[in-house]
Amino acid sequence: MTDTPSTFSAYGGDTGRQWYDLFSRGARDWLRHNDKIRQAVKDKLPEVISNAEVMGSGDRTVQIPVRIMEHFRFRLRQNAKQQGAGQGDAKPGDKLGQKQPGQSQGGKEAGGEGDGGYQFAVELKVDDIIDWLWEELKLPNLEAKSGGVKDDEYVREGWDRRGARSRLDRRRSMKESIKRRAVNRDGPAFIDEDLRFRQLARRQQPSTQAVVFFAMDVSSSMQVRDRQLAKTFFFWVMQGLRRQYQQIDTVFVAHTVKAWEFEESEFFQVRGSGGTVASTAFNMVSQAIEERYDPSQYNIYLFYASDGENFRDDHDKAEALLKRLGDQSSFMGYIETPSSEERALTTETAKIFSAVAEAGAASDSYALTSNDSIWKAIRGFFQEQLTGDAA
Amino acid sequence: MTSTLEDRLVKLEALGRDQGLDYYPVSFEEVPDSFMMEIAVYGLPVRMPHWSFGVRYIYQLIQHRMGHSRLFEVVFPGNPGQAYLAKNNSVQENTLVTAHVLGHADFSKNNELFRRSQKQLGYKIVELAASHARRIAMAIEEHGEEKVERVLDAALALESHIDIFKGVRRGKAKGRENGNGKPVVDPFKARYRDLPGEGDGTGDGGSEEPENAAAGPAERDLLWFLAQSAPEMEPWERDIFLAVREESFYFYPVFACQIMNEGWASYWHARLLREADFLPQSDYLDAIKTHSDVVRPHAADKQASLNVNPYHLGFSMWEKIIEEHGLEKAFEIREQDDDFSFIRNYLTEDLAEELKLFRYEADKDGTITILDTDINELRDQILAPKYHFGAPTVLAQHVDTDGTLHLVHEHETDGRGLDLGRSEKVLEYVQRVWRRPVKLATVDATGTPRTIACPAS
Repeated sequence: MTDTPSTFSAYGGDTGRQWYDLFSRGARDWLRHNDKIRQAVKDKLPEVISNAEVMGSGDRTVQIPVRIMEHFRFRLRQNAKQQGAGQGDAKPGDKLGQKQPGQSQGGKEAGGEGDGGYQFAVELKVDDIIDWLWEELKLPNLEAKSGGVKDDEYVREGWDRRGARSRLDRRRSMKESIKRRAVNRDGPAFIDEDLRFRQLARRQQPSTQAVVFFAMDVSSSMQVRDRQLAKTFFFWVMQGLRRQYQQIDTVFVAHTVKAWEFEESEFFQVRGSGGTVASTAFNMVSQAIEERYDPSQYNIYLFYASDGENFRDDHDKAEALLKRLGDQSSFMGYIETPSSEERALTTETAKIFSAVAEAGAASDSYALTSNDSIWKAIRGFFQEQLTGDAA
Repeated sequence: MTSTLEDRLVKLEALGRDQGLDYYPVSFEEVPDSFMMEIAVYGLPVRMPHWSFGVRYIYQLIQHRMGHSRLFEVVFPGNPGQAYLAKNNSVQENTLVTAHVLGHADFSKNNELFRRSQKQLGYKIVELAASHARRIAMAIEEHGEEKVERVLDAALALESHIDIFKGVRRGKAKGRENGNGKPVVDPFKARYRDLPGEGDGTGDGGSEEPENAAAGPAERDLLWFLAQSAPEMEPWERDIFLAVREESFYFYPVFACQIMNEGWASYWHARLLREADFLPQSDYLDAIKTHSDVVRPHAADKQASLNVNPYHLGFSMWEKIIEEHGLEKAFEIREQDDDFSFIRNYLTEDLAEELKLFRYEADKDGTITILDTDINELRDQILAPKYHFGAPTVLAQHVDTDGTLHLVHEHETDGRGLDLGRSEKVLEYVQRVWRRPVKLATVDATGTPRTIACPAS
């Protein structure tokens, strides 16, 4: 029989702080799990794009609901009826209420990888998703179109001994002073010759400004699903364009037989009643361009979402307005949410857009019939941007 | 505070040894709750990294937040044993926990199953697991996280699939003999061949044997089998398989003696505290309150519970045994039995009735029907999840000349087929280290034979 006494060491005793105070293996392995989730999400990009709870997230992240991953083991098929041993006041034949979740019989690990795994949301940076999207589409980074709008810009360029006080470069001036005094130790702290001023040069840059018009038919025939599809499409288009331009303005226009401008936050909630006169929206966009967005200063994008119904009488007016917008815009996209796949892009509105495209405007149409088609549409849009189909 | 507990440890030890407890010295250490939780998640203080532990960690955190779990101690057998106490426990609680640990230490030194695994693993499981973790960290450095993870995905998925009767050390598999040179006559394989409908597709397991280890009889120890026979496994991958396997051999007695072991430790903490005249009365009462919180039926605050608290069951059984057969007999039982023989021999009809044990059946819709209180059925029910870590009986049957691995599920033994979806995923893990096709025969919901394969054929 051993009689060596056992030993006892108190926390923070002789040994002081321990490694486990500084490092959590559980957290490390959980982060690894999350990396794998991210990878899995990346592998299902089309689904992510279509299902992400998007828009309105000012922090440039999207929440993707995912299940905690299961590390699979061999298991017996679950019987319709499961048996177990219990304890308490109950007689054979008694019926008890629901079995509480999380009570497992046997099982080596507490709270193991149960069937009804918890759901949680991974937060993905929109920028990461766009990176993956770019990788997936094999797109180089889009650049502001050459030959497009030019912008005057002042860039810093070198130093001068003369200049406005506000452009005095203290650091640089101090350096000069030190250099001088290294040669002549008794000199004053600063003399005029030490001073250095930042110089600005005027350069012409391709414009990095853009305005994106999102117009949508909110008449009674547009269903919640239709808006959701349009919203998702708009969101990703916007994320892509953000890469291209330093500054983007957005304008949201909803219309029925009349058009209104909305804030982004309200735009997708707007519900109108009555019929559809598309020209009202085009007209409002046109006015906004005239008043606020000089086409020589801005790259203009217009996206219009509709189920394709439009008053027959409006045809000519809408087409004329759209033609003019086509001349001013870098690109116009038409998003149709038709009631059925077969009818897609055969509607009144689709005809107007295709006529304008045939006349030479940079424009294309996309049918969004389901979440799956969003991926195709977005892919289509960015590829056109790249191939210059729309330039 | 600390010195109080340290003094008490000395006195409790003297008391325990006086009463016949026999154990290797234990090195007690107070640690923060967060670390206690990690030990519970990993099963060992330092263990190899894998994302699945991260998942368990999160579940544990959630349970902890909901107040469903409180960890008082974790103890590892060995010489010396290693016990961790939560530093947030009160001195009264830790007095009880210390006595409890001495009970575990006695159990693990003397119980046959523990003794065997300790002997095979060298009485230093904590250090062994830490060295596994270090080797795997080095492998990650050398081969990259993804490659190592691929191996661990497979090895940990199969961690329950060892053959406890054949032991850890089994030389290289050559022909039909195991490491002990004992000729292996496998009744299973003979029976399997005779099963109707099993001859087709898989061919006769014996006729086209290649010359390697795969030529042996159907093998239960899948970790060993893969490590020995995988056609293109790298040495470092084999190492990882064997590391996981060693840890499984350590875990087995803990798992297979849980009721006995927790019961024994609870019996001893109660007994030692009762006889510890050096404890102030108020401390004794506090400690006993903790005792009754831990050792009570799960149903204490409601009508009935749908599981059985192993602490309570084991504790009640030991009390009865000592009352009826005396302490000497109890020491003998703790030496020779495991939960299987313990429950079969000592969970009596009277005791089951006293403890109000019952069997129930749960419908898909969650309705619970109480079935019976038949003692034999109850014993079977309590033991059912404990065979072979509760894992299905999946055996490596043979390897074709092209390297295709055939696994077979003994569905007759298990009473039903495998969960096919999960099995496919496990085959994917296995295939990535086997690097040749892997097939698995089981039955589907209708009892019809089904073979799943990776890559799917």
